[in-house]
Amino acid sequence: MNRPFLHLDAVRFRYDELDMRFDFAVAAGEWLAVIGPSGAGKSTLLDIVAGFLHPDSGRIVIGGIDRTTAPPAERPVSFVFQENNLFAHLTAAENVALGLSPSLRLSADQKRAVDAALAAVGLSGFDRRRPAELSGGERQRVALARAFLRERPLLLLDEPFAALGPALRQEMLQLLKRLRAERTGGPATILMVTHHPEDARGFADRVAFVENGQLIAIGPTDAVLSPGRDPHIDAYLGQSAEGSRHL
Amino acid sequence: MTEAADRQMRLAAGGLALLLVTGFLGGAFATLLGVGGEAPPLRALASDPYLRGVVGFTLLQASLSALLSVAGAVPLALALHRTRFPGRFLVLRIFLLPQALPVLVGALAIVTVWGRNGIVSDILAATGLPRLDLYGLPGILIAHVFFNLPLAARLMTARLDEVPAESWKLAAQLGLPPLSLFRIVEWPALRLAIPAAVSLVFMLCVTSFTLVLVLGGGPGATTLEVEIYQALHFDFDPPRAIALALAQIGLTAAVLAISLMLGGAPTGGFTLGAQARRYDRGTGLSRLLDGGVLLLALLFILSPFAAILIDGLRADLMRLAVDPVLGRAALTSLAVGLAAATLSLVLALSILMATTRLRRPSSRRRSAAKRIRRLLASAGDIAAGLVLVVPPIVVGAGWFLALRGVADVFAIAPLLVVATNAVMALPFLLHIVGPPLAAADRRNDRLARSLGLTGFARLRHVEWPEIRSPVGLGFAFAMALSLGDLGAIALFGSQDFITLPFLLYERMGSYRTRDAAGLALILGLICLALMVLAERGLRRPEPSR
Amino acid sequence: MRIAPLVRFALAGAALALAGPATAAEGSKPVLTVYTYESFVPEWGPGPKIETAFEAECGCDLQFVGLEDGVAILNRLKLEGASTKADVVLGLTTDLVPEAKATGFFADSGVDLKPLTIPGGYADPVFVPYDYSYLAFVYDTETVKNPPRSLDDLVEGDPNEKIAIEDARTSTPGLGLLLWMKSVYGDEADEKWERLSRRILTVTPGWSEAYGLFTKGEVPIVLSYTTSPAYHMIEEKTERYQAAAFTEGHYLQIEVAGRLNSADHPALAQRFLQFMLTPQAQDVIPTTNWSLPAARTASSLPEAFSKLVKVETPLSIDPETVARNRRAWTQEWLTAVGK
Repeated sequence: MNRPFLHLDAVRFRYDELDMRFDFAVAAGEWLAVIGPSGAGKSTLLDIVAGFLHPDSGRIVIGGIDRTTAPPAERPVSFVFQENNLFAHLTAAENVALGLSPSLRLSADQKRAVDAALAAVGLSGFDRRRPAELSGGERQRVALARAFLRERPLLLLDEPFAALGPALRQEMLQLLKRLRAERTGGPATILMVTHHPEDARGFADRVAFVENGQLIAIGPTDAVLSPGRDPHIDAYLGQSAEGSRHL
Repeated sequence: MTEAADRQMRLAAGGLALLLVTGFLGGAFATLLGVGGEAPPLRALASDPYLRGVVGFTLLQASLSALLSVAGAVPLALALHRTRFPGRFLVLRIFLLPQALPVLVGALAIVTVWGRNGIVSDILAATGLPRLDLYGLPGILIAHVFFNLPLAARLMTARLDEVPAESWKLAAQLGLPPLSLFRIVEWPALRLAIPAAVSLVFMLCVTSFTLVLVLGGGPGATTLEVEIYQALHFDFDPPRAIALALAQIGLTAAVLAISLMLGGAPTGGFTLGAQARRYDRGTGLSRLLDGGVLLLALLFILSPFAAILIDGLRADLMRLAVDPVLGRAALTSLAVGLAAATLSLVLALSILMATTRLRRPSSRRRSAAKRIRRLLASAGDIAAGLVLVVPPIVVGAGWFLALRGVADVFAIAPLLVVATNAVMALPFLLHIVGPPLAAADRRNDRLARSLGLTGFARLRHVEWPEIRSPVGLGFAFAMALSLGDLGAIALFGSQDFITLPFLLYERMGSYRTRDAAGLALILGLICLALMVLAERGLRRPEPSR
Repeated sequence: MRIAPLVRFALAGAALALAGPATAAEGSKPVLTVYTYESFVPEWGPGPKIETAFEAECGCDLQFVGLEDGVAILNRLKLEGASTKADVVLGLTTDLVPEAKATGFFADSGVDLKPLTIPGGYADPVFVPYDYSYLAFVYDTETVKNPPRSLDDLVEGDPNEKIAIEDARTSTPGLGLLLWMKSVYGDEADEKWERLSRRILTVTPGWSEAYGLFTKGEVPIVLSYTTSPAYHMIEEKTERYQAAAFTEGHYLQIEVAGRLNSADHPALAQRFLQFMLTPQAQDVIPTTNWSLPAARTASSLPEAFSKLVKVETPLSIDPETVARNRRAWTQEWLTAVGK
């Protein structure tokens, strides 16, 4: 493994009945897919990394610096949610521009950067549209444009394409892959929560399987997802060790 | 039941409820008119310069009260939403209490704080400054703001609570400074509550009576409601009372229609004040400002309550508490309150089921038809709100006349009190339950229809789980309104029908001010307990992650 | 699903509220229903004692129904019309007599008014006075060192020493003051009102609000009755609040009772009216209704009553004149004070 970019060091977080423990690292430039059943604590994991939740114990190290108590804005992190990524009364361009300037007062250079970011996600000419006038896929493109414009090295994605159809989801993943590769300063590190093993298969470097607040397995995608490796994973994927022989 | 039948049922129930309400109010007018035997002298009144002055003052004080209450509610709602502090839960319940307070109690409490010999004046005098001159428009405005600013603030925090969790997370991640956060997240949410808040407070202030007279400093400060009371009470002149009441309703409707055109639909609701999770920490300056706003606003709102508490504790509470009359009055009050709140809730839910059905988007229809249906639904909201400016004394007198021949008047009295209270609480319930019901409908309608859920099964499994918390709040609020109400009772007093406010006024009316202060405290505590119980009891269990 | 218990609770509550009045009937004794004002009824008011005393001799069940005030009683009669349950009405002021007679609801009392000791006398075939009082300005001796000695003093006094009065449109004492001013100043009343308005802190809808402001210490002088200090002396053992004696005299307010044409028990009603003038009933009035007895009492009045302002000149305006002019005078008052 390359030097770790994100390290959850003996992180413990209790929420109601669930006692979550995370201890793993993600290498710089790595794309880690997080899968697992609903309620396993996947979103909580992202919220802890982003600084929306604070662990009861343990450390969060990002880029070699202990960020356990840093407020969200001071972490080198961008977040894309499944929905509500855009402010409804701002235009697409303004929503992207927020990534550069909270006051929305942009220099000419910054304006060009916003246009470029929109163009990069295939939304040239959509700058004046408001979220209500965009399709679900287009709204997520705007969110990606902003996330990449912010140039934060760690990208957290919480089922960002779950609401999209299979073809569109593939397209968006391709877009994500391209944007990540084109990023100046090396490819972004990605932590992506998903329900779809196929999202992980074509794109992620590794997969982490989370159940009941615990990281049950982490490793190369094919290894973790292959049938017969772990009964929990098989149960989740709806596959049996038996069936694998026919594949 | 088919979907079409479900639709029919909902529209029919809503229509029936509206018919009952309008019939109840309209019937009273019609009966009074029939007795008067002459048409209401609208034209004569319109040309009376004195009355024109009264109308002018009524509208002026109501508009200023509404604007001031809402203007003050904006920073307060923001500060409340941004800041966590111990006692926040209780403070939000206390915010609904002024509405439940008998007006005279509130007026005297305000005098204790703001009067010539009040606390503020004493402080000013101690520092060599002149004492406050409360009486006049300033006094009326202070009182109206005390009664209504908390209400407006709750309408607004409710809107802030509806902001999606992702927005707060995004704002935190983008590091939005307080001003940008206000511009991008908070204001767009708050703005939606402003038309509702302004129109609600306006209507509540139009009918102000005791406050305007006690704090107005002289008969120059007179509202239409005073004239209506005089016309019916002192002069027993039903045609004139009806003409004045119609003028009051018409003028209010006109003002609301204008504000509707300027400001958008007056829909807005309360929520339980569940604390939204926010991640912004603000700057030192913004936290200082919020803290200052909170301190001032809470001082302003809580100080009259403190006055009531202190005054009440001076009373011989033990003696009052064991007085069997108090127990009976409390039971009667609770019974009336329960019945009124239940009736009001049934009416409100029926109306809301129909209006949400009307508002439900349907792709097949042309946009013109859609707009008409939306307009119809908005008109329904306004009409329901106008109930607030129908004088209870007119309604009470009308029904008394209508029923005197066919039923025992002593038996009618409690029924009329319950019905009047129920109708008067209706606009609040529509505000409290309406928005969450509409949201639930938007979220679940397609699912429910696809499952073929209709009728009561749908009500039970789809709507009820989502609205039980607001229903609890609304129910408690309606009960509290009814508990503090004297308007309807005053007309129907009888030996066996004694409520808490009646008891309170009775003691005020025979030199026993100290006992009255004790009763005010007891009444306030009962209302507060109701609010807390209802909101706690019916709160939806937190979904676990 | 918790709606069901909620509804059951509410229905039970409603049933309870409605069941109250139904329990009123008590055996087979004739019931005499008396409409009165609300402060007459409670345990500290005259009601319970009068009830005990009258029931001891009448073999009947006396029931009081408390309404807001005298005006409300009359309105209630108008609203109920012939269907009224009232046999007797108690608590109208004489100003309301013409209006009450005009309804045609009242029967001649048939009561011998000879026992009356009301100043200036009173004669009316229909209504029976049972007490009276004089309007007065009551002041707080702790803040008012030079109380006004006349209406003139009051009108011309220090504008910074405030008074609270009641509204002539909505209250009996408010209307009483209007008549007081009229009886002293006649056509100059409106100018005097303008002068007086400088001292008026506020004009409240009823007596309770004004007196509440007064006892709260918000205003040092309030329009009330000469008998008000008696309450404070007897019940609170304090002489702090006193009534100012005015040289021009005080306006007299007489409270009357009458029986209705439609009374179910006319003879019983007549007997009750007569009873109100007996020393036994008159004994009850001063320390429960805080007013002066209209006839001889059995025992002498409590000592506090001897300390009250003695009115030499009772003032009054004939009720018929009041009835004719009330609207015009009220309008005049509004114009003078409302500036």
